Amino acid sequence: MAKHITTINKGNLQNTLHTGGCGECQASCQSACKTSCTVGNQVCAK
Amino acid sequence: MNGLYFVLDVNSGAVHVLDGLAYEAMAVFNGVNDKEVQVALGSKYGEGEIVEVLAELHELKDQGLLFAPEVTTPVTFREKPLVKSLCLHVAHDCNLRCGYCFAGTGDFGHDRSLMPKHVAEQAIDFIIANSGARKNCEVDFFGGEPLLNMETVRHAVSYIRKREAETGKVFKLTLTTNAALLNNSIIEYLNSENISVVLSLDGRREVHDAMRPYADGSGSFDEVVAGAKQLVDSRQGQSYYMRGTFTAHNLDFAADVKAMVDLGFKQLSIEPVIAKEEEYALKEEHLPVLFSEYENLAKYYLDQRAIGQGFEFFHFNLDLSNGPCVAKRLSGCGAGHEYFAVTPDGDLYPCHQFVGRDNYLLGNVSEGIKKSKMTEVFRQAHVLNKSECRECWARFYCSGGCHANADLFNATIDKPYLLGCELQKKRLECALMIQACLTLQKGQE
Repeated sequence: MAKHITTINKGNLQNTLHTGGCGECQASCQSACKTSCTVGNQVCAK
Repeated sequence: MNGLYFVLDVNSGAVHVLDGLAYEAMAVFNGVNDKEVQVALGSKYGEGEIVEVLAELHELKDQGLLFAPEVTTPVTFREKPLVKSLCLHVAHDCNLRCGYCFAGTGDFGHDRSLMPKHVAEQAIDFIIANSGARKNCEVDFFGGEPLLNMETVRHAVSYIRKREAETGKVFKLTLTTNAALLNNSIIEYLNSENISVVLSLDGRREVHDAMRPYADGSGSFDEVVAGAKQLVDSRQGQSYYMRGTFTAHNLDFAADVKAMVDLGFKQLSIEPVIAKEEEYALKEEHLPVLFSEYENLAKYYLDQRAIGQGFEFFHFNLDLSNGPCVAKRLSGCGAGHEYFAVTPDGDLYPCHQFVGRDNYLLGNVSEGIKKSKMTEVFRQAHVLNKSECRECWARFYCSGGCHANADLFNATIDKPYLLGCELQKKRLECALMIQACLTLQKGQE
């Protein structure tokens, strides 16, 4: 058990370099004026 | 923030909470310079604990959770884009005259008009023809105010259902409304067709009415709240978002989110107004107050959860473990290559905010995209190709920000709107703090 650092999330970006890109996820409005999602808020649809 | 220190490892997406010693060590540590860290911290901390911290940092590095290698453009992103989403402007007209409306109070700088049924059909055929093997498609009914043209909305939905059956595609439908015209018949229809709804309310009555009046100048708060409540109750609080806009007139916007909570709404968002010269425009000098306000909102969010009265705030919903892939984080909103807006005449623009900017007219649903070079410009305008974004820690969370805002402020989509960037980063910091607090609380239970 680490004493000084707690990892709250391990991330998955490197893995998705090769597996992602299916495009089935929801569109995301970057201005969020429509609140249909900025990209960081999304969940993978796979 | 909130008594916690964080590290976000940008290229892996890993998030760590650090104690004070580890935090100070990270200010010096670059993965290979242990001696420098020991010298820098030696006068303040004991040798043993510095060695402990360095061991933990090296372990994270070995696991790929710290100093992960730079992310490059994925192969899948280099393929031809597929159209996945359309914003149908079924009405270039509106029953309100909002002070900050980017759509010129509904007409987008042109005549007030409604989309005919055949244009909606052509738009749906356009998305099906250009979505390739992709199964999930999306249509947002937008305006102006889309409830002013329910005839075309109903016709388009019927046509979508017919085409779904023929093609095997699945359409997710949304409708963005100011809520003032909602009634029993419309609400029943939206529920029966499983249409998600985005509702506009700016929070406190005086804030809302000052910016969102009817054409005669009277406030719309009462009708909006009544309509929104009826809709939300009728669908058991599901499949909606209530979103507001804040301006220089209500820098204390957390009070407006609280007002929405007090009215009984639970799925909320509030967005900074986009304006350049207007007296209500947000300016750099407002940033310290706005940062503090986001922190207030984050604390309120956690407090409400703690007492069982939690609500969703759109920008704080960060799924750290199952977020989007790199390709999605590069394509962002997809404006101009995966996502298009369609005017009542069938004209195609990169997104709803570009409508009316004539140099961005890309084609028409009857003929398809005519400016294919511009769609490629949009596709390549991602964070790894923009100099300001390439170095920014938030690049895989904001995807480079809104192209329409970049164009408005900088006359190019390759240079982001920096005030928006600052606010985005603050929201992300708050979201990370919230995720850390919730994860740590769970660990203690």
